[in-house]
Amino acid sequence: MTLQTELENVSPSKLSVRNVSKIFHSKRQIVRALDGVSLEINEGEFVCLVGPSGCGKSTLLNIIAGLDLADEGAVLADGQPVTGPGRDRMVMFQEHALFPWLDVLDNVMFGLRLKPGLNNRERREVAKYYLRLVDLDKFLHANIHELSGGMKQRVALARALAPNPKVLLMDEPFAALDALTREQLYGDIQRIWEQRKKTIVFVTHNVREAVCLGDRVILFSPHPGRIRKEYQIALPRPRDISSVALAEKSSEILVALKSYLDAGGENARVPGATFATHGGAE
Amino acid sequence: MKTRVISAIAFFLLLLVAWEVVVQTGILKVNRIMTPTPSDVVIYLYGAIVDGTLPSAALVTMKRLLFGYLCGIAIGLPLGLITARFKACQDTIGLLALGLQTLPSVCWVPLALLWFGQTESAMFFVVVMGTLWSVVIATETGVRTIPPIYARAARTMGSRGFHTWINVMLPASLPFIVSGMKQGWAFAWRSLMAAEIYVTILTGFGLGHILHYGRELQQMNQVVGVMFVIVVIGLLADKVLFSPWERFLHRRWGTQGK
Ligand SMILES: Nc1ncnc2c1ncn2[C@@H]1O[C@H](COP(=O)(O)OP(=O)(O)O)[C@@H](O)[C@H]1O
Ligand SMILES: [Mg+2]
Repeated sequence: MTLQTELENVSPSKLSVRNVSKIFHSKRQIVRALDGVSLEINEGEFVCLVGPSGCGKSTLLNIIAGLDLADEGAVLADGQPVTGPGRDRMVMFQEHALFPWLDVLDNVMFGLRLKPGLNNRERREVAKYYLRLVDLDKFLHANIHELSGGMKQRVALARALAPNPKVLLMDEPFAALDALTREQLYGDIQRIWEQRKKTIVFVTHNVREAVCLGDRVILFSPHPGRIRKEYQIALPRPRDISSVALAEKSSEILVALKSYLDAGGENARVPGATFATHGGAE
Repeated sequence: MKTRVISAIAFFLLLLVAWEVVVQTGILKVNRIMTPTPSDVVIYLYGAIVDGTLPSAALVTMKRLLFGYLCGIAIGLPLGLITARFKACQDTIGLLALGLQTLPSVCWVPLALLWFGQTESAMFFVVVMGTLWSVVIATETGVRTIPPIYARAARTMGSRGFHTWINVMLPASLPFIVSGMKQGWAFAWRSLMAAEIYVTILTGFGLGHILHYGRELQQMNQVVGVMFVIVVIGLLADKVLFSPWERFLHRRWGTQGK
């Protein structure tokens, strides 16, 4: 494999979540984190999973990643059942999960070193390419603790992109950042998605964020974790989080979300999370 | 920085001068035979360095210490990793390590002498025991406190089993391991000195033996001189062995590694 082919876009995956259920047995109770969840995600689609905390979004993402196994049902990536983590599906966590003992470049190199078919000079070039993509090429040898929260998440993004996965799984990656940094990252993630053509599954509890990023927004409700509704977002890209059209769409979704939560589904409870109706209102 | 160096030098000069004056003039009625002056000590050190007794003793001691210490780490690190990894080891080796670590390492000396006699093996045993348990416990604690997200992130990038242990678990617990190694060094160094003062090993005279014979011969300048050398070695070990690691931790982890 040459450097050139390594940097080319791979074709994104089609994901099928088929009737997935997951039950956690904790000491005091049994939690139905996911209850018969089915979802088809197209090649190169940007899908956002939205819902209050505890509705199983992370659980579903971890099952797609192969980090956890479903109790029932299956996840297929391009028709192949997911049985464990793989380089074709990379994950970005809410906590950056970068390794403090490595500098920025070596963090991005970590996954690449495990990828066969490249020599170390090529790996270095690949890592630098992705750090350039997230605007961090001036910080190759910085230590992780010296970076701001936004920069850390950019490194984490570069690290997730570096093995050139077909799917990018993101679990509330911007939840801990301030509004300004987040807005900047919305722009970056849209640009990178268009440029690198990945299938992205993006978890958030911020409706507005979901509308800003997703082709489709999937609404979850908790206890048990289920899909309640989904919305096609047809707004033109690149989207601006503070645009009126985006605000209208978000409030429409928010109303629906509140209505079925208030009505109380099966075992429905008032969610612990507050819903941000505005990008920076948390 | 400059004023710090100057004040440090001034302090030690003053200390030496005061010491010299107090002993020479006898104002505090100190026993002149039992209390050497700094100049006595310097004269002894010069003589002992020139005739080679001091360098060769220091060499013997350092060899024992370094060899035993490295073996202690080589056994302790994997043992600590295994203890953290397997539940069964935690309740067995972990508990054993916890118990034996509370034992002052000097207490191994009598046992070592009974088992191995007055041999190098006894010295080796004492140093290994001094090092081992601290390293085991530090490694175990270090591994146990690693945020699970590191291993998960590594798993998504294709890291498995042995690769994860070497490239994630070990470096992630480095802050703990380094402090454990430092404690192990301190324990080993103290118990080796005790052992050397306690018994004569015919295969090599270490610093402890010279200290002991200084007492036997009531050569106070020798006693104080060797003590001085022991202090210097301790300081050097700290600078050479541990400072680079601590600087690395400080640089990478920020304040935490300090
Ligand atoms: N490892 C676990 N053990 C026990 N319960 C868990 C575990 N992980 C998640 N849960 C429970 O499953 C439910 C869904 O969790 P999660 O997927 O993290 O929700 P979300 O990401 O939407 O906030 C929650 O009620 C949570 O308490
Ligand atoms: Mg979550």
